[in-house]
Amino acid sequence: MTSVAFSGALELGFLYGLVALGIYISFRVLDFPDLTVDGSFPLGGAIAAAFILKGVPPIVATLMAIIAGAIAGLCTATLNVKFKILNLLASILTMIALYSINLRIMGRPNLSLLNQPTVFQSVTTLLQSLPDPIQIFGNTLLLGTIALTTKLIFDRFLQSEIGLAMRATGANPAMARAQGISTDGMILLGMAIANALSAFAGALFAQLNGGADVGMGVGTIIFGLAAVIGGETLFDKLNVWQATIGAIVGSILYRIVIAVALQADFLGIQAQDLNLVTAVLVAIALVVPRRFGKQPGGISR
Amino acid sequence: MICLEGIGVTFNGGTALETVALRGLNLEIPDGQFVTVIGSNGAGKSTLLNVLSGEILPNVGRVTIGDRDVTHWKTDRRAKLVARVFQNPLMGSCADLTVEENLALAARRGSSRGLKPALGKAFRSHCQTQLASLGLGLEKRLGDRMGLLSGGQRQAVSLLMAKLAPNQILLLDEHTAALDPKTAESVMRLSDRMIREQQLTTLMVTHSMKQALQWGDRTIMLHEGRIVFDLMGEARSKLTVQDLLQQFEQLEGNAVSDDSLLLG
Repeated sequence: MTSVAFSGALELGFLYGLVALGIYISFRVLDFPDLTVDGSFPLGGAIAAAFILKGVPPIVATLMAIIAGAIAGLCTATLNVKFKILNLLASILTMIALYSINLRIMGRPNLSLLNQPTVFQSVTTLLQSLPDPIQIFGNTLLLGTIALTTKLIFDRFLQSEIGLAMRATGANPAMARAQGISTDGMILLGMAIANALSAFAGALFAQLNGGADVGMGVGTIIFGLAAVIGGETLFDKLNVWQATIGAIVGSILYRIVIAVALQADFLGIQAQDLNLVTAVLVAIALVVPRRFGKQPGGISR
Repeated sequence: MICLEGIGVTFNGGTALETVALRGLNLEIPDGQFVTVIGSNGAGKSTLLNVLSGEILPNVGRVTIGDRDVTHWKTDRRAKLVARVFQNPLMGSCADLTVEENLALAARRGSSRGLKPALGKAFRSHCQTQLASLGLGLEKRLGDRMGLLSGGQRQAVSLLMAKLAPNQILLLDEHTAALDPKTAESVMRLSDRMIREQQLTTLMVTHSMKQALQWGDRTIMLHEGRIVFDLMGEARSKLTVQDLLQQFEQLEGNAVSDDSLLLG
């Protein structure tokens, strides 16, 4: 594996690590199977790209994307808690709606950010004076810092009074209500956080890849889930700290496995097989632990 | 003072499945009183409890706790006045959270929750003292997952959770029914001790006639959504399980066939 391919895998690993942290909140903490992320990821990309092209500073454009993602999460949560639509279906409705909204935001199926300022540029300029191998890893460093900082904030949040209330909401809603916790409020908050992170990752992805595309969100949920489940197999007994680091490490491992698989010519795997390979990997990750007597929680029944 | 006035609850109203669970029920519980509630299946015991906790909002009637009209308050809002121990030991706590995390959740019942760490040194030592008072050796298991505890231990912790934050009424929902007789007895003793020490206003639903008469200050019997008798003081202390059984038979119009109604 070349160092460029490796740094590329790390970049995407950290980037989708953000999505994985969000999915940890929705799927694991709240027990809310949320497919909204497939729409909020491109939403983040579309908002960031559209604002940058209007001359808005990249950091502000990224913040806008985060807010838009939070609103998307609130939509799904509202459909579920206020209008009593099944959680999975509520998330699919928002995801479908976002497809049209993303096209509206961009005005066409994709927006190019070539020769436009991005959050990554400033870091690259900063590292220009440094010797060669570090320069290649400039984006990786930035994404790694973002992912790990987010993880630390997450850990702190989930240990707080509100965070504990959120964990109780997913684990035992009747008990949570009896302890005076507004479970509806917790679902709204958690879903806003999860999709804000997904949109954040989408905004960064668009800036990293030189543009946003309406199709860039396909499979986001599975990439994130692969990371969460992969991360869980790394530890025996999961506490919050281990689950969040597992999500990020799982995301990186997944990207490395994909990169290696794509480079191994004898396997005959091509870039278009990515989603198929992912689906198979996730299926295996769900089945194997059960076969060997280790109980995975939540997603498998 | 807890006050229920003309409470009516109908499920699936207006459909073929219409069931009337409570029919104009009136009940007043003075502060510090320990009431036991008995009745056959479908008599409305669970509905009564759910009306008090806020899980079910009545179709008609008024619920007041203290001097507050809480008729339209939902469970999470009412939680600052009501503490509840569930029948199923798995229901009253989170199996995936640790013992101390469960206690931390209960300690904030009725207060606002912020971004402060849920667990602190002072809170831990407070938990340890409280757990030690249960006499089950649980003070050494603060960091264990709740799911690792036995049913009896979980019910004991649930009781402790109920008293960690102030409340105006404690609801015990057949909280010993899922335990073996010996454990049930010790959890019941623990409950009684706690209720007396803290002078908690308590409503305990039970399937056991013996338990209904042995514990508490007052016993009420529900039948078809109404209170059919209400006894306290001397009249209650003279009553035997046999008398209660006779009452039941009169109400049902035939011999009691309800197996779940425990005589012992």
